[in-house]
Amino acid sequence: MSDQPIISCRDVHKWFGQFHALRGVDMDVQKGEVVVIFGPSGSGKSTFIRTINRLEEHQRGTIIVDGIELTHDVRDIERVRSETGMVFQQFNLFPHLTVMENITLAPLRVRKWKKEQAEEVGKQLLKRVGIPEQADKYPGQLSGGQQQRVAIARALAMQPKIMLFDEPTSALDPEMIKEVLDVMIELARSGMTMMVVTHEMGFARAVAHKMYFFDQGQIVESGTPDQIFKSPKEDRTKLFLSQVLSH
Amino acid sequence: MTQTSPTRSASTNRLLAFLRDERFLQVLSQIVFILIIGGVGYWLTQNMLAALARQGIRLGYGFLTETAGFDIGEMMIEYSRESLFIRALQVGLLNTILVCSWGLIFSTIIGLLVGIARLSTNFIISRIAWVFIELMRNIPLLVLLVFLHGGIFLQLPRVREAIALPGSVYLSNRGLTIPWLTLTPAFSIQVPELQGFNFSGGLTLSPEFSALLIGLSIYTGGFIGEVVRAGIQAVSKGQTEAARALGLSWWQTLRLIILPQAMRVIIPPLTSQYLNLTKNSTLAVAIGYPDLLSISNTISNQTGRSIEMISIIMAIYLSISLVTSAILNWYNSKVRLVER
Amino acid sequence: MTTATVDRKILPPPTERYTVLGWVYKNLFSTWYDALLTLISAAILYFVFAPMITWAITSAKWEVINANLRLLMIGQYPPGELWRIWACMYLAAIIVGLSWGIWVRGRRAAGIALIAAPFIFMLFPSLTLEDRLNLGGIAFAALAGFFIGRARDKSLSRLTTLSWIIYFPLVIFLVRGINEEKQFFGVVGSNFWGGLLLTFLLTVVGIVFSFPFGVLLALGRRSSLAFVKIICILFIEVIRGVPFITIIFMSQLVLPLFLPAGFTLDRVIRAMAGVIIFSAAYLAENVRGGLQAIPKGQFEAAEALGLNSFQTMIYIILPQALRAVIPILVGQFIALFKDTSLVAIVGLYDLLGISRSLLAQPDFIGRQPEVYMFISAIYWVFSYVMSYISQRLEVKMGVGER
Repeated sequence: MSDQPIISCRDVHKWFGQFHALRGVDMDVQKGEVVVIFGPSGSGKSTFIRTINRLEEHQRGTIIVDGIELTHDVRDIERVRSETGMVFQQFNLFPHLTVMENITLAPLRVRKWKKEQAEEVGKQLLKRVGIPEQADKYPGQLSGGQQQRVAIARALAMQPKIMLFDEPTSALDPEMIKEVLDVMIELARSGMTMMVVTHEMGFARAVAHKMYFFDQGQIVESGTPDQIFKSPKEDRTKLFLSQVLSH
Repeated sequence: MTQTSPTRSASTNRLLAFLRDERFLQVLSQIVFILIIGGVGYWLTQNMLAALARQGIRLGYGFLTETAGFDIGEMMIEYSRESLFIRALQVGLLNTILVCSWGLIFSTIIGLLVGIARLSTNFIISRIAWVFIELMRNIPLLVLLVFLHGGIFLQLPRVREAIALPGSVYLSNRGLTIPWLTLTPAFSIQVPELQGFNFSGGLTLSPEFSALLIGLSIYTGGFIGEVVRAGIQAVSKGQTEAARALGLSWWQTLRLIILPQAMRVIIPPLTSQYLNLTKNSTLAVAIGYPDLLSISNTISNQTGRSIEMISIIMAIYLSISLVTSAILNWYNSKVRLVER
Repeated sequence: MTTATVDRKILPPPTERYTVLGWVYKNLFSTWYDALLTLISAAILYFVFAPMITWAITSAKWEVINANLRLLMIGQYPPGELWRIWACMYLAAIIVGLSWGIWVRGRRAAGIALIAAPFIFMLFPSLTLEDRLNLGGIAFAALAGFFIGRARDKSLSRLTTLSWIIYFPLVIFLVRGINEEKQFFGVVGSNFWGGLLLTFLLTVVGIVFSFPFGVLLALGRRSSLAFVKIICILFIEVIRGVPFITIIFMSQLVLPLFLPAGFTLDRVIRAMAGVIIFSAAYLAENVRGGLQAIPKGQFEAAEALGLNSFQTMIYIILPQALRAVIPILVGQFIALFKDTSLVAIVGLYDLLGISRSLLAQPDFIGRQPEVYMFISAIYWVFSYVMSYISQRLEVKMGVGER
């Protein structure tokens, strides 16, 4: 059986007006792989991960997710979105719904599950991310770390094949970063395909299979965490790592 | 296979793919929307044309060059029954401009005074201002106008028994009589005097004009007072403290430090109130002052040309609104705080 | 050398703040021009109000109000169907009482004033015993609602919010009736609606029917489809840029022309159409403000979860946007309440309109001051009370349950 990558990108370009944000990105991600994308701000890493589920539209190149190519075809876009789950830097929980309602909304409305089924899954997920008792609270009543864990549960409720994380811990106070990373590590160890944009090198070291260094819209260097941390090839990589790892 | 290929491939599906293309769908929804709006619009227009045909009326603005045939109570330019409709409209427009101009001036003065009074440390003054503002905010303008006109001005005594106010101002059922400038025989202020059944000299403002002007001024003045108050309070207290610490007097602080900064906050809602005053002046039709709307209403009743007249009126007032908004935007960009 | 013994005894503040005289001095006479202002304004107040009060008590003929109270309040609504109006008022009393109990804390004076209002109304000589009993009943219904709301607090919160939303369409339904044959619960045509009742109905119909229309306009205005956006902007800006009276004229004179032959609408319905169009444009702008305040991330999260545009709007965006603009919407309701007085110009018998027609009767010629003062007071009281309640609710909604 052919080992086809679950995500395959070839020569992906994106412009914002005149600004060339992504300049020919090639990447393959295998099923079950955990990929960490890092780099300075403005390097296009957020833009790139958002093209995977079509929150941003790429103007040149091909992106194929689980065998479906991302084009203007609305049905294909819908199918890709149902295969991918996303966790945002700003959590983006729905403030007017309870935690449980946040998690079950999409399964109920998009997958048309029954209420009992959705809530059962919701309870399981809340247990998995460690906050089963918060089910009836509102997002505003939770701490940042708890909110982000709810966001992860909400994305998992749709049973995606791929989880995308866009700087999930960057908006958190330091003491709450660990609880979220722990959930992500458990998720990685359970075999989920993950693409994570982050500065958390400890996480990369622990579970990443591959790391990609982005700068100015291109992949400068890639490799296993061992390769990247111990023997980075490019100067830019070395420079960035020294800045990030020094504190 | 070394490279993944899409699992859907048959070219017979190309049509389906096209139908699901998001760009196509956007264009399609716009077309559908245009068809619906266009369809409804067409149906309405057909009904209208049929209704007009039944009544024997044909659309057109040519009637404006016909003789008016009605009198107008007060006017700033020459007008008589033999004048054309267009002339009548001009009379109305000038009357509107007259009452609006004075209304803007008076309401601004009243608003400034009321707004500052509202912030006074003197209990009575600030309470009076509060009562005034709350009165104006909660009573409809039309009720106020009708009250001023029907309940006060029309109830005034005859000229011979006119109420005299300090400063040679008289209130009678002919209206408000005040001293006024005159150019003949020489440039001076003429004081009105009772002669026979009327006043000679001075200026007599009709009950309609007086009621409208007073009503518009105090009503809008109340709202402007609130705007001024909010604007002054928006200037942070530290400004006042710094100014006083530097030795500026209360009045100097207000004039040189607070008001200029408050202006920035005040101008947008103030312009909105000015626009409201202009639109509200149309209530003149309820108390018989011959403003633009009032006269166009008369023309409409006389000729049955309601569609044309309403279109003219809406166009004129819409232009005033747009021009005022444009001026406001220009002013706003000019006074933006210069920041790093 | 002496060391100052620190005397830590806590002293009461200087007394001047506590006496009436001290307060008067500080607030009214603190400087010479302050004193002057106080004296001048006191004098002006006296010269303006003394004659007014004397007039009101002695020479004013308040009979006109008394004789026409029913007309002013409900126009020519058939007396046999009055029970429906009372029903609406009872419902309102209960809902307001519940809301006050659940959400308002303190504000005892205001609450007492509200409960006292029906009793003050009872003083009108021309009311029947039945009327007075009903007024009392309303006060008690409000009190009952208050105590229930206070007791059950959170559990009734959702129900009460829901009842506010249902109340207004329900009122329209109750007042109008359904049965064409005019038997039990028959139709009371709009030409029978008058006085304060018509004013309220115009306002309620205006807000209720303009709501969906206005929300659609607001969404259309933000649409990425160029044509939709242009049409919505045109509509909103034109309606907001012209005087309200022109829209009323338009609805009376021009609207009938757009209808198919033989189809007529009575004047009240036409006026309602004008009010709905006007209200929708302003509502659209208010809702647009609420929509703009929603962070982009909400849209993105919904998109990422696979919700389509329609679902995103219904479940995520609109609930948040509408909740944010409720205070502004209440303000719009109050403004509309006052603006409806303009229908008097086209001859409808709302509170102002019926007053004018009343004053034309030979019995009541020249009674303008009395009648106009009365309806001014009515407008003022309702408007002020609604503003006050809206302010209280706004404060409470910002803090309380999400």
